[in-house]
Amino acid sequence: MARPCAVVGIGQTKYRRQLEVTLDGLVREAALQALEDADMTFADIDAVVIGKAPDALEAVMMPELSLADALGAVGKPIHRVHTAGSVGASTAITGVTMIESGRYDRVLVVCYEKQSEGNATWALSGGRSGGQGAGGTFAPWIRSYISRSGAPEYIGWMVAVKDRQNALKNPYAHLRIEDISIDKVKESPMLWEPLHFLESCPSSDGAAAIVLGSEEVARRCPQQPAWVIAHAKRTEFSSFPGRDTVKPRAGVDCSAALYAKAGITNPLEQIDCAELYVPFSWYEPMWLEGHDITPEGEGWKLTESGETELRGRFPVNPSGGVLSSNPIGASGLIRCLEAANQVRGTAGEYQVDGARVALGHAYGGAAQYFAMWLVSSELQPTF
Amino acid sequence: MSTTPRDVAIVATSQTPSYRLFNDSEPKLIMRCVNDILERTGLDRSELQFTIAGSCDYLSGMPFAFVSNIDGVGAWPPVYESHVEMDAAWALNEAWLRLQLGDIDVALVIGSGKSSPGRPREVFPLQTDPYVMAPLGLDPVSLAGIQARALLDAGIATERDFAEVVSRSRRDAQSNPNAQVAKDVPVDELLDQPYFSAPLRKHDLPPISDGAAAVVLAVGDRAREISERPAWIRGIDHRIESHHPGLRDLTTSTSTAQAAAGAGVSAGPVDVAELMVNYSPEEIVLRRALGLDDATRVNPSGGPLAGHPVMATGLVRILEAANRISAGEAQRAVAHASSGPCLQQNLVCVLEGEG
Repeated sequence: MARPCAVVGIGQTKYRRQLEVTLDGLVREAALQALEDADMTFADIDAVVIGKAPDALEAVMMPELSLADALGAVGKPIHRVHTAGSVGASTAITGVTMIESGRYDRVLVVCYEKQSEGNATWALSGGRSGGQGAGGTFAPWIRSYISRSGAPEYIGWMVAVKDRQNALKNPYAHLRIEDISIDKVKESPMLWEPLHFLESCPSSDGAAAIVLGSEEVARRCPQQPAWVIAHAKRTEFSSFPGRDTVKPRAGVDCSAALYAKAGITNPLEQIDCAELYVPFSWYEPMWLEGHDITPEGEGWKLTESGETELRGRFPVNPSGGVLSSNPIGASGLIRCLEAANQVRGTAGEYQVDGARVALGHAYGGAAQYFAMWLVSSELQPTF
Repeated sequence: MSTTPRDVAIVATSQTPSYRLFNDSEPKLIMRCVNDILERTGLDRSELQFTIAGSCDYLSGMPFAFVSNIDGVGAWPPVYESHVEMDAAWALNEAWLRLQLGDIDVALVIGSGKSSPGRPREVFPLQTDPYVMAPLGLDPVSLAGIQARALLDAGIATERDFAEVVSRSRRDAQSNPNAQVAKDVPVDELLDQPYFSAPLRKHDLPPISDGAAAVVLAVGDRAREISERPAWIRGIDHRIESHHPGLRDLTTSTSTAQAAAGAGVSAGPVDVAELMVNYSPEEIVLRRALGLDDATRVNPSGGPLAGHPVMATGLVRILEAANRISAGEAQRAVAHASSGPCLQQNLVCVLEGEG
């Protein structure tokens, strides 16, 4: 039967372009920081799991092989996950499974991307030049959401501003735009209508790491544990006639399974804050609705009301989110570990007061892969 | 292991033949296996509660190639699934871990790969260290040759030993309908062949293959419902070694020995072993690391020397071992999968029949 699992250590690199460091150096920096946070060394780790988006982004095939030494994995099991943009959260969930299974007591989870090594838009177009990239895929669905919900166009600009303001409080964030404003966003170049340049995520380098532990391990670690109280994943086909690309059923099913596992009946009230995977501004209201946090057509109203701001009723992406840092393969793990930071009380300047339950979320492919977890400061929170 | 694991068994298997060139898509290879399994078990797609696949974008030369593979798996209504960019033997390992959680009882594991569209000797150097090794273009064949040379120099094996592995494997493959290379060639005739990458000859290498495989795992009594003779997973473990061949003793496989100890290989006699012998000298290294003697029949399917659908090859070893148990031909079997140059990473699985 599944044993309890907690995040006991967190490590991150800065997410700016890092031309001066190797892949080995990048992942090792995050791993060592997470180990130090957990008061452990590589010797304490039973197994390592890594995740990243396509190998072609850095032209390193099956990188668990060449990173084995840097991650202290020699003589140990090392596992590699790849589920497109959701991979960071999927990798975290695989790590949790390893603890819950009873097989391992201490698992190191590391995700990374070094976008400066390649051309992400090329890779995200399936390796074909002249492709539409991720923004080109999502823009029509965003337009569809706008017409379906009747949301005013400034909602996207508001999200873009809010997440960049949050990022100013996060020392790891890639984008630091001190003078960010609605005017600046709407006057930035149009990339994929209705998405402006400043409504899109950056191309980032960076690695993120967590140490996961069993209950016994977590009780002995120095930090407040972030207990993983539920996790869920769902996948659907990338396209077929009649597919709802605005509110994909895989996303609905995924969050329904997640809430059921945790005993959550009213996510907006019972979850204190969320790190949602928002690579393009409009995905904040789209996922608020896509995961039934608000009723359909109401997500943009929550954004408009300011309630998703850091001091709002339901803060979304207090860390600055994917809009401020996007080392693709790590972005999902960053959502998960920032949720953990909130319930541990280690989120620094972007701490949500009294956060007890937080949501980490990622999606990938053609909005078809979903991976989510809920963490809590309590082992068995009641709602 | 801090808790007693749930008993998990392989209850159904399917594989495509190994093709030199399968002139259709990878999802189609997968779909064949999935449909075959559903038909033969009578299971409904919805009864496969968790699916996990292993494949490699680089073989197709297309980032996110694995996304299209979902078309072969089936994902409507949405499914609970995952993917490893590893040989699917590691997907099976993750499925085993997932089944330990207690909330689901049946999982589907899929491995697939098409090597035919690319040039493996140009692609696989990208597995090596990107800064100091990959620019040298050291490919798996050359690295296997270095490992073979180390065995010869240490007096552990002879070129005749390599040829005997090839001769036996491809002779045995004649009874494997999925084999790509199957023929009875005497050892002396093999030794008359010219070197390809000395001391390796062309026949010491695996063929270039396209193919897919799938297995269903089930827990406890659910396994007994689906299969008349489930192949129970008694132990499974995997380990890795340094990425730099210069830091390793290539005449041994430390990580295989560690995984074998973790999986409990030595706890009983081994009737059959299916080993991921991509290059014939590797069989000599693996037999020693696993502690196998002549009482164990090695690679009765012919092994990867008879068919090498990359990313499924390791899963096929587990599948072939399970089939021997389910057919009542073996009581206890060992399966092995490998990844990386010169057996860098190794997985070992021990399977048993009941009663």
